[in-house]
Amino acid sequence: MKRLFSLLVGILAVCALLAFSANRLQTKSGDSGTKVLNLYNWGDYIDPALITKFEKESGYHVNVETFDSNEAMFTKIKQGGTSYDLTVPSEYMIEKMKAAHLLQPLDKSRLTGMSNLDARFTNQSFDRNNKYSVPYFWGTLGIVYNDKFIKPGEISHWNDLWKSKYRNDIMLVDSTRDIMGFSLVSMGKSVNTTNPATLRAAQHKLDQLSPNVKAIVADEIKMYMADNEAPIAVDWSGEASEMISNNAHLHYVVPSEGSNLWFDNLVIPKTAKHYDAIYAFLNFMLKPENAAQNAEYVGYATPNKKAKVLLPASIRNDKQFYPPSSTIQNLEVYSDLSPKTIGLYNDLYLEFKMHTH
Amino acid sequence: MKSKTANLFYFIPYSLWLFLFVVAPVALILYNSFLDINHHFTLANYTTFFKSGTYLMMTLNSLWYALLITLVTLLISYPTAYLLSHLKHKQLWLLLIILPTWINLLLKAYAFIGIFNQTGVANQFLSFIGVGPQQLLFTNFSFIFVATYIQIPFMIMPIFNAMEDLNQSYINASHDLGATNWQTFRRVIWPMTLPGVKAGVQTVFIPSLSLFMLTRLIGGNKVITLGTAIEEHFLITMNWGMGSTIGVVLIVAMVIIMVLTGDAKSRGGFQK
Repeated sequence: MKRLFSLLVGILAVCALLAFSANRLQTKSGDSGTKVLNLYNWGDYIDPALITKFEKESGYHVNVETFDSNEAMFTKIKQGGTSYDLTVPSEYMIEKMKAAHLLQPLDKSRLTGMSNLDARFTNQSFDRNNKYSVPYFWGTLGIVYNDKFIKPGEISHWNDLWKSKYRNDIMLVDSTRDIMGFSLVSMGKSVNTTNPATLRAAQHKLDQLSPNVKAIVADEIKMYMADNEAPIAVDWSGEASEMISNNAHLHYVVPSEGSNLWFDNLVIPKTAKHYDAIYAFLNFMLKPENAAQNAEYVGYATPNKKAKVLLPASIRNDKQFYPPSSTIQNLEVYSDLSPKTIGLYNDLYLEFKMHTH
Repeated sequence: MKSKTANLFYFIPYSLWLFLFVVAPVALILYNSFLDINHHFTLANYTTFFKSGTYLMMTLNSLWYALLITLVTLLISYPTAYLLSHLKHKQLWLLLIILPTWINLLLKAYAFIGIFNQTGVANQFLSFIGVGPQQLLFTNFSFIFVATYIQIPFMIMPIFNAMEDLNQSYINASHDLGATNWQTFRRVIWPMTLPGVKAGVQTVFIPSLSLFMLTRLIGGNKVITLGTAIEEHFLITMNWGMGSTIGVVLIVAMVIIMVLTGDAKSRGGFQK
């Protein structure tokens, strides 16, 4: 009994010590203090050097937490719990978060540098006058191919993916709207189609693609493409640019008939607490030199006009990532669809996945 | 009298735990499964599930893959456990088998991506012996291989324990009475280690039913199980009702497995 007692005391003492030191470390890194910023961002979506620079300049400590889909982020913000100060939803998710009253309007008087932004990318349908959002990056959905296996120019349209010679060659990014979307575009329809019959037709068309599909994966696609695991992939422009920087044989095409144009935007969710830090960070990221550095690191296209000028010419003039306006005008932004339609998109997508073995 | 209240007192933490983390969540899942996307009471989720070919196919798929994984794991684990129980430093060997469970699952999955990809060790070996590189990732083979690798320790443990409990004198007696090795195994060793096998089957089959991370990482979503559908319904469609319905179906499937493999002792021993 005595031994049991001392054992118990020992365990409690160790627990107390651990809790105390954890607490000390946390206050040191500022987690429970007020000089913090809780950034809820996509994985690997900001140059870590910029965070260090911001921390040095402003004295705020930045905690970064990451998510891997808009929907996962939405669920966590909706549940509350963590006091995220800034998050980075895509355009259709902004509409959805607005409707769910999860966003706070920006105080424009505290923002400097909004004029640095390219007018083509502000005042969009999902957020008129940028009441809630500061554009962070924009990009496209397209096709990546490896010139070791595919001749350049052989693939330039969505329909090329269906050619029977690409059997078991294509990797798709695991994202409902993007995969259903390119099937719709290949049929000459909008990526925001709501007609069930058209959607069903798009799924049937995807089923025809399944012999060519090697795998449907997420972030790993970058690693696989860089390792020459597959000759073709359907992925986002930023992911593509990262692959290309690891493997010079890769190229990215945005089909001229159309694709998705997406925006990721900084917004202040309802869970925010540290407003001084938030505006300091927004202004910091709007500065041309910081935006340019970030764009060079992440590889997505910057909506910051003044930052674009600062980028090396090889990036600025790269048609793969800053496509010509003739292509841009065919690109479509996703709009937030009704839950019922989204449910249909997902059911059809799931059926397509079931079809791929 | 005093001991009785003390017993009751000891029971409080356990029953709290049981209620908060077992009964309440299951009740919530059950409740949610009767709600549609607008939070109205409905049975539609169940009719959708049992009418849709997709979900039924997925259920069959899940069961089939879980069965395969369990079978392969058992085939490897049983002889291993037998061998292990006859070794000299068995605790050390056992530790070596348990060791991989200390490593994060995700890490192990990524390691296998490195082994199985076009330029990986496995393909280098295949090239070396003249077969040439093969597509290993995103195949049923690689999925079952990795799942088996992950589950093996959980199968070996209970079987090993059952082997340890096996009294050597039964085997000696069997041999003395003229039984061959095969007869001894079939009539003595196998029936007496059966409870361990059943425990192992339960711990392997049930989690295998809803594996979903491996289906993407190793299976490239070419292997679709109910776990994939649940993940989609909770995170993407946010149709928690449908997700819960699939959850309930899985729970029922698990209960059936438990009942089928469970009451080894109550059916009374080994000579049927």
